[in-house]
Amino acid sequence: MGSQIGKRTIKFKNPPNITAAYSVAGRKEKEGPFGQSFDLTFDDEHWGEKTYEQAERKIYLKAVESVIERANLKPDDISFLFGGDLLNQIIASGFAAREVGIPFFGLYGACSTMAESAILGSMAVDGGFARYVVCATSSHFATAERQFRNPLELGTPKTPSAQNTVSASGAVLLTSDRGRYPAATHATAGRVIDLGATDVNNMGAAMAPAAVETIICHLEDTGRGDNYYDVILTGDLGTFGTSLFHKLADDSQHDFSAVHQDCGSLIYGGDEKMNCGGSGCGCGASMLCGHFYKELVQERIKRLLFVATGALHSPTSALQGESIPCIAHAISIEMGYGG
Amino acid sequence: MNYLSAFLVGGAICAAGQILLSKTDLTPARILVIFVTAGVALTALGLYEPIVKFGGAGAKVPLTGFGYALAKGAYKAVDESGLLGALSGGVTATAAGISAAVLFGYIVAVIFTPKTRK
Repeated sequence: MGSQIGKRTIKFKNPPNITAAYSVAGRKEKEGPFGQSFDLTFDDEHWGEKTYEQAERKIYLKAVESVIERANLKPDDISFLFGGDLLNQIIASGFAAREVGIPFFGLYGACSTMAESAILGSMAVDGGFARYVVCATSSHFATAERQFRNPLELGTPKTPSAQNTVSASGAVLLTSDRGRYPAATHATAGRVIDLGATDVNNMGAAMAPAAVETIICHLEDTGRGDNYYDVILTGDLGTFGTSLFHKLADDSQHDFSAVHQDCGSLIYGGDEKMNCGGSGCGCGASMLCGHFYKELVQERIKRLLFVATGALHSPTSALQGESIPCIAHAISIEMGYGG
Repeated sequence: MNYLSAFLVGGAICAAGQILLSKTDLTPARILVIFVTAGVALTALGLYEPIVKFGGAGAKVPLTGFGYALAKGAYKAVDESGLLGALSGGVTATAAGISAAVLFGYIVAVIFTPKTRK
């Protein structure tokens, strides 16, 4: 079983191996610069379903079923499914879990859910409570618009600082089985940080402080330097949030400019129509499980810190004028880690 | 000339809306309400009538024009049937617009399904 080091970092004793990852993404994501790295893509946002919510459920279900299949396992072999999405009562995950029948821990960490799920899944595996677990999250442009902004029926334009919710899902399979795979070695749980941002159309700026706080705490707890990681990968700060991220890091005498990448800024390749880039749990999840997992397996990247940030507000709290509390969870994924 | 003045006035009103959308965190619904009430208030203060005279449809078609019609209707009804007209006149004057919005909204909702932008 792992141990706690420093203020709030977990060091896994037997780092759980990520033996398989699977990503599903929509048409806009496929047309982006990382389109080829997704394992499965779909063209129509309904994907043959009657509603967008059913389509998101299908994205989630495909990712979970396919990652199990890719590891040559059956749903019965999996002890637990950890995951969530952005919808009320996390219906994409809950309804998908109904289909696969794996014992399910439903989580809500907004866009931080992928890291949150992976951390809890790793704890279950390293703690000896499970041999195989699956961690998965999803998001969908049309369901998120309905949930957090306006339904598509209203046809309202978006503000320039807004990001585009990614229609995608990602799933990882964690196991105690040994072998040379990318492994979860450390994890730092996020504190809820709120610097008083109230603009729901500028989520990146609200989340950047949480990302910086968690990363610095992680590096201090583990005694690692700013450039220990080949990549520090944030989930969905977007272009606006990324510039604030670097400024805040600079204010704390840190410099991540050489290693930092942001899934939200990468996924659409700076397409102007997408404003400040991508967002949503599916953004970080599909980029991690698509492009970056493959880079890890091929050892082009050996040390990756995945930092997924989430905004923990609701449409109600935002309309009542409350500020946006944010969280960032970090999980360190390393290839050939020796301890 | 009519076209130009209508374009200038209508364009200015829409530009104001776009600035509010882009530069503030006001929701679209709040901006709609602000525009309608602004139309009512400006008409009550006698400031909107000259804008309508100059801009015509450019001032009447945007949402502030709806507020203008509400206020005008209320004034007219008060003149005709007393103070109660202040309550009934606005909606009476705009009844055609409201009914058209409901009817066409209904038809469009039945025929079309919203899709994401290509």
